[in-house]
Amino acid sequence: MSTVLEARGLAKNYFTKKALKDVDITLEKGKILGFLGPNGSGKTTFIKIVAGILRQSSGEIFIEGTKPGVKTKAMVSYLPDKNYLFKWMKIKDAVEFFKDFYEDFDEKRCKELLEFMNLEEESKVTSLSKGMMEKLNLTLVLSRKAKLYILDEPLAGVDPVAREKILDAIIQNYNEDSSMIITTHLVKDIERIFDDVAFIKDGEIMLSGNAEDLRLEKGKSIDEIFREVFE
Amino acid sequence: MNIVFDDKTPIYIQIMNIIKKQIISKQLRGGDKLASVRDLSAEYKVNPNTIQRAYKELEREGFAYTQRGMGTFITEDEKIIYKLKKDTAKGAMDTFIEEMKNLGFTSDEIIEMVTGNLKEEE
Repeated sequence: MSTVLEARGLAKNYFTKKALKDVDITLEKGKILGFLGPNGSGKTTFIKIVAGILRQSSGEIFIEGTKPGVKTKAMVSYLPDKNYLFKWMKIKDAVEFFKDFYEDFDEKRCKELLEFMNLEEESKVTSLSKGMMEKLNLTLVLSRKAKLYILDEPLAGVDPVAREKILDAIIQNYNEDSSMIITTHLVKDIERIFDDVAFIKDGEIMLSGNAEDLRLEKGKSIDEIFREVFE
Repeated sequence: MNIVFDDKTPIYIQIMNIIKKQIISKQLRGGDKLASVRDLSAEYKVNPNTIQRAYKELEREGFAYTQRGMGTFITEDEKIIYKLKKDTAKGAMDTFIEEMKNLGFTSDEIIEMVTGNLKEEE
């Protein structure tokens, strides 16, 4: 099986603070990785290095065999943060914006996803609730035909009904030619869609492996293991 | 279908057990096609690779077979299905007998109670 992402001994320091320490992660094609840790554990730092927004202090990282840069940015679908859209935009403007920006943007898939999420193209971006904004983010990320999708906390601040919708969208739009990293601290609702999980605490990987094997080995759910690791 | 999974046990094993039960109860018969991986994953809201793993294990145990490009089918081998039925019955019986013994009943008492109960049902 081919490897989509490989990180070896990855570290990141902000002055004297160590945000990532010696992180080893491998993600194979067609797999979904749950990257689990509390706030401030280093999840976003790692993600930003994968996305090519930050550079590591030491260690190596390869996406499809290439170091993060212009070439990998075209393969990785990720939204850096929630304020990348302009205030004057309607949803349809945001879609146009993305279409112009990314060659691999699939307008048809985007339309289907907007409909599935019950999002109106004429709605103003500033008028969206937190849950709707999360749905729009997910729609835009999943509308690209990328090799690697990164969903950063897709469930945070989203009510249970919208959560179901988001999970359905992830499952239905996932395909075996691409991989996904999902960061979250809300493990219970989403653990069934992970192939692999990695637990990160204070910048270090505490435990990682195949989710089903961990359940079998420990006789516990991923959520319970998560609580154990971070207690 | 609303299935409640127990996240403590591997999900692929739980899916295998659901399908085995459907085979025993004849909801699924020899030669029947199993739902596609994608459909079942959407229905159960689990990772498609998990469904794939369940199907592969069922195949390894002889309960199913795959035809390239066609899908996965239930075995038509009556012997395997009969054996599954017997194994499952044995499991249910073992649990029952163990619980009865824990309650302090002797073998003779258990036989007597079971015979009595069956007669009542008739």
